Amino acid sequence: MDRSSAPGGPLLVNSTNTAQPEGPSPHPKAATLELRHVSKRYPGTDRPAITDLSLEVPAGDICVLVGPSGCGKTTAMRLVNRMIELSGGDILLDGSSIRERRPAELRRHIGYAIQQIGLFPHQTVADNIATVPRLLGWDKDRIRARVDELIALIGLDPELVRRRYPGQLSGGQAQRVGVARALAADPPLLLMDEPFGAIDPINRMNLQNEFLRLQNELRKTVVFVTHDIDEAIKMGDRIAVLKEGGVLAQYAPPAELLMRPADEFVAGFVGADAALKRLALGRVSEVKLRPAPEIRDGEPPAAARERARDAGLPYPLLVDEAGRPSAWLRDGGEQAPVLHLAPDEVLRNALDGLLRSEVQYAAVLNGDGRARGVLSVGAIHDFLASEEQG
Amino acid sequence: MTPVASVGGQFHAALDFIFHERTGPGGAQVGGSQLWSLIATHLELTFAAVGIAIAVALPLGLWLGHTRRGSFVAVTVANIGRAVPSIGLVFLFFAILGAGFSNITLALVLLAIPPILTNTYTGMREVDREVVDAARGMGMRGTRIISQVELPLALPLIFGGIRISTVNVIATATLGPFGGVVTLGDPIINPSSYGDAGRLGAAIVVAAFAVVAEVALSAVQRAVTPRGLKVGGRNARRQARFIPKRRAQPAP
Amino acid sequence: MITILAQAGGSFFRHRSNKPSCVEDNGICPSWAIHHLDRYWPRLWEHVQLVLISTVIGFAIAFALALLAHRRRWLVPPITNVTGILYTIPSVAAFFLLLPITGRGTLTAVIALASYTLLIFFRNIIDGLDGVPAEAVDAGRGMGFTDRQLLWRVELPLAIPTILAGLRIALTTTVGLAALAFFAGAGGLGEALNSQKEFQTNVIVAGGMCVVLAAVLDASVLLGQRLLTPWSKARSPA
Repeated sequence: MDRSSAPGGPLLVNSTNTAQPEGPSPHPKAATLELRHVSKRYPGTDRPAITDLSLEVPAGDICVLVGPSGCGKTTAMRLVNRMIELSGGDILLDGSSIRERRPAELRRHIGYAIQQIGLFPHQTVADNIATVPRLLGWDKDRIRARVDELIALIGLDPELVRRRYPGQLSGGQAQRVGVARALAADPPLLLMDEPFGAIDPINRMNLQNEFLRLQNELRKTVVFVTHDIDEAIKMGDRIAVLKEGGVLAQYAPPAELLMRPADEFVAGFVGADAALKRLALGRVSEVKLRPAPEIRDGEPPAAARERARDAGLPYPLLVDEAGRPSAWLRDGGEQAPVLHLAPDEVLRNALDGLLRSEVQYAAVLNGDGRARGVLSVGAIHDFLASEEQG
Repeated sequence: MTPVASVGGQFHAALDFIFHERTGPGGAQVGGSQLWSLIATHLELTFAAVGIAIAVALPLGLWLGHTRRGSFVAVTVANIGRAVPSIGLVFLFFAILGAGFSNITLALVLLAIPPILTNTYTGMREVDREVVDAARGMGMRGTRIISQVELPLALPLIFGGIRISTVNVIATATLGPFGGVVTLGDPIINPSSYGDAGRLGAAIVVAAFAVVAEVALSAVQRAVTPRGLKVGGRNARRQARFIPKRRAQPAP
Repeated sequence: MITILAQAGGSFFRHRSNKPSCVEDNGICPSWAIHHLDRYWPRLWEHVQLVLISTVIGFAIAFALALLAHRRRWLVPPITNVTGILYTIPSVAAFFLLLPITGRGTLTAVIALASYTLLIFFRNIIDGLDGVPAEAVDAGRGMGFTDRQLLWRVELPLAIPTILAGLRIALTTTVGLAALAFFAGAGGLGEALNSQKEFQTNVIVAGGMCVVLAAVLDASVLLGQRLLTPWSKARSPA
């Protein structure tokens, strides 16, 4: 079991969201999940589908199972809700073995969202979502309220959508309803098998962001299967990379996976642009900044230039009366535009901006518009290097 | 005699009728080898009717299916064909035209056309559009496409239609005596000359005929199914390796 | 062919207005038909009963068989073979094969007619259940339906269109076959046909009633299907 001590919490690519350095407490009903030496072998095959897989998912985390086709990731997921029966080992939900519960009863307490969605074509959206609550015997009013709550939660209008049939929904809407249906009975664990796989890339991105937003509110324990490493990095608190035969190659948070892959296989799977992917996860605020050598209009430049050289910067930073940076002051009095960055800006975007700037340094601004420091390409490099060493 | 013994006795008598000639209640020689003339007439009627029906319905169905027209016609013909009572047709032609082999044949032809027409049409239509497109793209023209691409693929369904028609005609040819054609239905319709054993015996022979024709033509239908169409499809999904019952295939 | 049409047409036009000679000349006489309709009603009623009773019994048996075979697929080929043989045996022969066992009357006719429908129903019910989208079944099972709940709440409702298609075929063919039931002494429109088989008008009226009955039953099932499957109407993606 390979668990990193790096801070948890989801890191959102959407830069308008604020990242939280430590995850908020898990939803009271989120369960812990443990796979203990799990194995699965189908009769008549020489190699097992899953070989001795062990991992733990803390309550409220999204654990992504990722790997090439045939590695056993979907099989592993389906072992959890007993859609496939274990050959060996055990799976513990909140500490108690799944073997001790009747499959149908177990599944009613686990959310299940699959790639082809599988909405019931003969039932309305409301009836589809109400499936598990009805199975659990909730009373009608509670179900009705819950259905409307969920439809709103997934970003649709209950009045419009409640009585529609799946055949009348667009692909993105159907996928959302599928997620709502999985969440309907407020299960402590959610299993999702490539739930956004059947959608075009643009809508997929929207759905991923929405799910992360949801997860921020609900903090459920989620097991998420995908073959797409980028999706894994975006969605996962912890990522389990599986090799063929369900062998666990590495189980770590995304940053660690990217910067310290456990072996060749993981490195290859993660891709040649691992560093850039890592930057997509980081914020400007995580990088060490240089002090900004500010100079006001009218001041003699010599002292400021001296301060700039001391800070390792080529030019002083011209600021206005309020102290907000307006330009770089070049030798000979010319001004060059200065790139402004917010502290929560995604590092990858920041690097992109720096590479396109005339001057490859950017002013990182506080809330009041004043510079808190200067970001350089070198600093970004140092940040990555420190991660690599662990 | 107990009911069971009585039933057994009747069937025994019927089988005896089939295999042994004897003098019937009407005085004539019936049963045994005398049955052959009835069988022969029955078969003549069947072949004639089905043959003509194929000659009429097959080209029409091929053409309609190939050009993808007339789906309304095909469906309506199928529905009406099923609803019209076969005996009604026989009686109608007898009423209009009187007795006679050709008259009754005509009635049976009308009966035999709908399954052949509908199945041929459907068989042609269900040929994958893309296959036809590919053929056209390779330079094949109309009749070539029909004969080399669509027809072989439609053959199973076409033979299915022929099979259905043949069994229907065999069944209805039993009513031949109503139109003056002495088929295997004679002992059933005019039992006075043949006796109860004759009636039951003829029923057994007719049933056997129908079953034999069905089995034989099914075998032909299977034989003309191109090998590629037999594998794959729903059956493959069901038989795919890790599925003990019908469940969605678990992706690895 | 031309002579037939000319003959039929000729009798139609020549004898239309003249009742007695129309009948004597064996023409197509609408006025005779209208006057004598009441002799057809009892036969029609018998016919309807035969069709409905046989179809219901056949459906019930086939439904039970299909539920049995649904989760035990190895049962499908043997059941198909047996019902296939029952289907292939011509009804006329069947009536007389049953005669020693069940005698003359409605029972014999019903048994023969019901056996005929078994294959149609069984095949269509199984095909209907097969046609249910596998992902809906997987999702249903994954959410916690038991097998039985899955069958009644998901699989069967979605199989309704195919099952009803089979019902329509069974009903229309049984209407046609029930015209032979008079052989077994069960009456029906075949009785009317047989009583005056040389008379064109009679054949057309009785035969026509069969066709109309079949059409009415067919349309009723279609209507029922529309009512039972509201989701298939709603097809427009939002």
